[in-house]
Amino acid sequence: MRPNLPIGLAAGAALVAGAVMSAPASADQTLRVVMHSDLKIVDPIWTTAYMSRNYGYMVYDTLFAMDANTDVHPQMVESYEVSADKLTYTFTLRPGLAWHDGSPVTSADVIPSIQRWGSKDSMGQKLMEFVADMQAVDDRTFTMVLKEPYGLVTMSLAKPSSNVPFIMPASVAATPSSEQISEYIGSGPFVFDVENWKPGDTVLFTRNDNYQPRSETPSWASGGKVVKVEAVEWLSVKDHQTAVNSLIEGEIDYIESPPNDLLPLLEGDENVALKVINPLGAQFMFRLNHLHPPFDNVKIRRAALASINQKDFMQATIGDPAYYKECAAMFICGSALATDAGADIVLKSDFELSKKLLKEAGYDGTPIVIMQSTDVNVLNNLGPVAKANLEKGGFVTDLQAMDWQTLVARRAKREHPSEGGWNVFMTSWTAADILNPIMAAGFNAGCDAAWFGWPCDEEMEALRDAFARETDAAKQKEIAEQIQIRAMEVVTHAHGGQWYRPVAYRSDRLDGVLDGPVSYFWNITKK
Amino acid sequence: MSDLSELRQQTAGLVDAAASADAAARKLSIWQRLARNQSVVIGGAVMAVMLLVAIMAPFLGTMDPAEINPAWRNKVPGTELTDTAADGSQGWVYRMGTDTLGRDTYSRVIYGTRVSLIVGLSVAGLSIAIGLVVGLISGYVRWLDGIIMRVMDGLMAIPGILLAIALVSLSSAGLDTVILAITIPEVPRVVRLVRSIVLSIREEPYVEAAISVGTRLPLLLIRHVLPNTVAPLIVMGTYIVASAILVEAILSFLGVGIPPEIPTWGNIMAEGRLLFRIFPHNILFPGLFLAVTVLAVNMLGDGLRDTLDPRLEKRM
Amino acid sequence: MRRLAATIPVLGMVALFVFLMLRMTPGDPAAVLAGDNGTPQQIAEIRETLGLDEPILVQLGIWFGDLLQGDLGQSYFFKKDVTELILLRVEPTVALAITTLVITVLVAVPIGVIAAYRHGTWLDRCVMGFSVFGFSVPVFVVGYILIYLFAMQFKMFPVQGYKELADGFWPFIHRLILPSITLSVIYIALIARITRASVLEVLGEDYIRTAYAKGLPNRVVLLRHALRNAAVPIVTVIGIGVALLISGVVVTESVYNIPGLGRLTVDAVLGRDYPTIQAVILVFSGVYVLINLLIDLTYSFLDPRIRY
Repeated sequence: MRPNLPIGLAAGAALVAGAVMSAPASADQTLRVVMHSDLKIVDPIWTTAYMSRNYGYMVYDTLFAMDANTDVHPQMVESYEVSADKLTYTFTLRPGLAWHDGSPVTSADVIPSIQRWGSKDSMGQKLMEFVADMQAVDDRTFTMVLKEPYGLVTMSLAKPSSNVPFIMPASVAATPSSEQISEYIGSGPFVFDVENWKPGDTVLFTRNDNYQPRSETPSWASGGKVVKVEAVEWLSVKDHQTAVNSLIEGEIDYIESPPNDLLPLLEGDENVALKVINPLGAQFMFRLNHLHPPFDNVKIRRAALASINQKDFMQATIGDPAYYKECAAMFICGSALATDAGADIVLKSDFELSKKLLKEAGYDGTPIVIMQSTDVNVLNNLGPVAKANLEKGGFVTDLQAMDWQTLVARRAKREHPSEGGWNVFMTSWTAADILNPIMAAGFNAGCDAAWFGWPCDEEMEALRDAFARETDAAKQKEIAEQIQIRAMEVVTHAHGGQWYRPVAYRSDRLDGVLDGPVSYFWNITKK
Repeated sequence: MSDLSELRQQTAGLVDAAASADAAARKLSIWQRLARNQSVVIGGAVMAVMLLVAIMAPFLGTMDPAEINPAWRNKVPGTELTDTAADGSQGWVYRMGTDTLGRDTYSRVIYGTRVSLIVGLSVAGLSIAIGLVVGLISGYVRWLDGIIMRVMDGLMAIPGILLAIALVSLSSAGLDTVILAITIPEVPRVVRLVRSIVLSIREEPYVEAAISVGTRLPLLLIRHVLPNTVAPLIVMGTYIVASAILVEAILSFLGVGIPPEIPTWGNIMAEGRLLFRIFPHNILFPGLFLAVTVLAVNMLGDGLRDTLDPRLEKRM
Repeated sequence: MRRLAATIPVLGMVALFVFLMLRMTPGDPAAVLAGDNGTPQQIAEIRETLGLDEPILVQLGIWFGDLLQGDLGQSYFFKKDVTELILLRVEPTVALAITTLVITVLVAVPIGVIAAYRHGTWLDRCVMGFSVFGFSVPVFVVGYILIYLFAMQFKMFPVQGYKELADGFWPFIHRLILPSITLSVIYIALIARITRASVLEVLGEDYIRTAYAKGLPNRVVLLRHALRNAAVPIVTVIGIGVALLISGVVVTESVYNIPGLGRLTVDAVLGRDYPTIQAVILVFSGVYVLINLLIDLTYSFLDPRIRY
């Protein structure tokens, strides 16, 4: 035993020394972040979960990206040309793009990536309906040929939220879209440290030192993605109170989504900044099921619309008026397509109108099954408010509480509400997901092909198709207005108000936090 | 946590064995002995008050506990409502403040007493009823005994709280589901107790005599076995009440409890915990009611046990 | 050996229960996996890839077959083997359980002995009062009060989190102290009570009187004779208490954000990750059965009259 001892000691000392030497550096330059949820699935095309999207922005890059004015800019693309007949797009990639293993990003990677996304995403599927062919011209150039002109080509490729058309290596993108990918190589500004991934606990990203950022100033996901820290660590903290406490104590640097009710705790702390990085915010959605009575009757749907009002929803969930806005525009107040046309009925409850409509429609007192989610903080209080207002408007209701996962499973069921189906649920959409009637799932009125609730309206579908084909921005806006009016007439869904949630971070340490519909972690410096 | 009721039962009798032995020696009637036991008196009195509160909830100056008022959310105790209340009255005072939906915490806590006691009593009643039937069958029908006890061993091996979490969160949340989910893990313990009593009584000479003269099984069970199970089951039932109330609170805390529409101490606290630092009242008041009630039930259980059945632990 | 063999059917029953329970309840992992904005078509596709459209008996057969080969399956979410996920979570939970046990024994046994020794005094009443009270306050309320006082007001401990032992002993233990105290409250109540009762019983025995008569000091009598003979019931309760500890771990881990098995379970249940739920419950039950087996064996060590 004895002769071995010095060697063991030396090895131990070396280990300790190594740990000591590496520890302080990484401790200083690691951004510790609490995101809104766990990262579960590392395939941002396979699922629409926002955490997977956020992961995608760390690891992958996109061809185009949207800026703060919702204008589209090239990101991986250096330049592109559109032929005079608007049918052929020729894209050239920036030089120096490389995967994390060092090999170059080529046209042969891009095309299958677009195809995989196009087979899964709603906006991608719409794009693919128009695409006749995609061809690689050389390693950095490829063409996209359309069957007929389409107004949303670059807008689609710059889609800011789920599913984002991230570019993956050809071999990975060849995975059928029904299966999850099992490789983690991207060309984005961060590298996913899969060795140190502890599912349900921590996700570690390190800086991609070979990343070549653009030279423009960053705005949303466009411009130069310059990483100024060594690593980013996402910690999963289930309890919001705990997360807020740790930010105040300085154990973490950044909370992506602190509950609005807890903001007063942070407002009083001089070391913590609250910043609304997503100026368009998010919108509550009141969704009705068109398949079953009583909401198969348009008059009764209108009655529900008359009963609810945005203010009650937002007061009960957000509280502080600084963080919510009553807004009649279904495509988000402050966006290019914002208009009040036909949609101000949601601003005020008109219980008399509701009762009158119910009487005319011969409502027989069938209880409305409202699904209430109880474990997603911002959604918890929507159900009881909807119940209270619908009852004042003459409805009979049956509020059923469940966790969000059960709600998500149940909303997919087409059965009658008494057999496991539903009449109403409420959720929230990030503004970046609903900026136009093609990306906003709620407007799809294609019966079986529509989003949960399955509205069925030919006129709406014709309008949406016209919007997609229109290439002129002014005319697009006109069509969007008609779509909004039609949506309110047939009541595909109702908008429950626009709300904002700031990110919270240590202002004494962090600088350069960017605006955007997603928390981006480039450009941030840590002292 | 259903394991709690078992543990409490196992340990309680050891505590004041000496005292109860003295009491027994004095040969007083059961009621006199109960009245002399401090634990029974205090625990029983508190429980009686809680029962009264539960029954009288609508007359204790409460409003509809489900009445929401978004404009008056998150108010501290003592805030006066300057609007007209839903029932048209003026000058309502939120004695215990309001929650995140502007509901009156005082009314919710008072009505919550009802629900928490219903949960506690139903779980106790149900698990004892089921456990009694299964235990009797298991103790008498020998060929079924092996199967039943294997199933019970399997159920016992799953930590009660995990079983309850899985049961509630995987089926729809509701008062009945929660009661059932808390009941199931309790059942095997009752079964084991009843079975052991049956097995020990079978050997008694008077039971053997009854069998030999051809007394039919149902009669045998009713006449000789049931009376012997009453005392231990009352004691066990008390502990189940206490543990069920706590388990309900824990399920609510983990987000898989009774729907928030129905106020229970557990879900008032669960909803209040997000704002614990700013508005501790939504944790403190229901927490106080909960702790006092469980304390009272536990004391009652200890007292009953010392008085009725000091040797209970030997049977487990 | 016979006792060891007896645990196998028990675990088989557990496995069957858990499987049936999951399959017979509503909730659809495919819908969860598809994400918040997943379309009905996407959900149907995912059900097919996971094999959830197979008949229940076929699913059961496949799972049992894998289980017998020691394969717990793959998590629906993380695309990792459940065994691997569980191994990642073992350290925090075991560490929490051990520190809790240590604190409990260090606190509960002495106060139990003292209460017994000073039987009937105010000290005894305090200990007994605490022991009933400890049973009556929910774990999470204790947790919040401790965080509020010791982490936020006095800033003695971190609010939350866990550091691996590999990151150094001090950071590791520093973060474990509050959670362990939280968890040990109910446990101390239990063990103090049982210690007091057992010691009290033993103190009345003849040989203790003899020991006193021999003029041995109090300390020696209490420690060498009384406590030793009271060990059997104490150990029993620690054994049964393991189930209690598991329950407490689930709650404590979510209050203090400790990435252990308890949180893995809650997350898996809420996310309908069937393979993980099945495996974790199976593991917990296995541990429970095993520890009780160990406890039984300990008896024969502590008290040679008991044999198996």
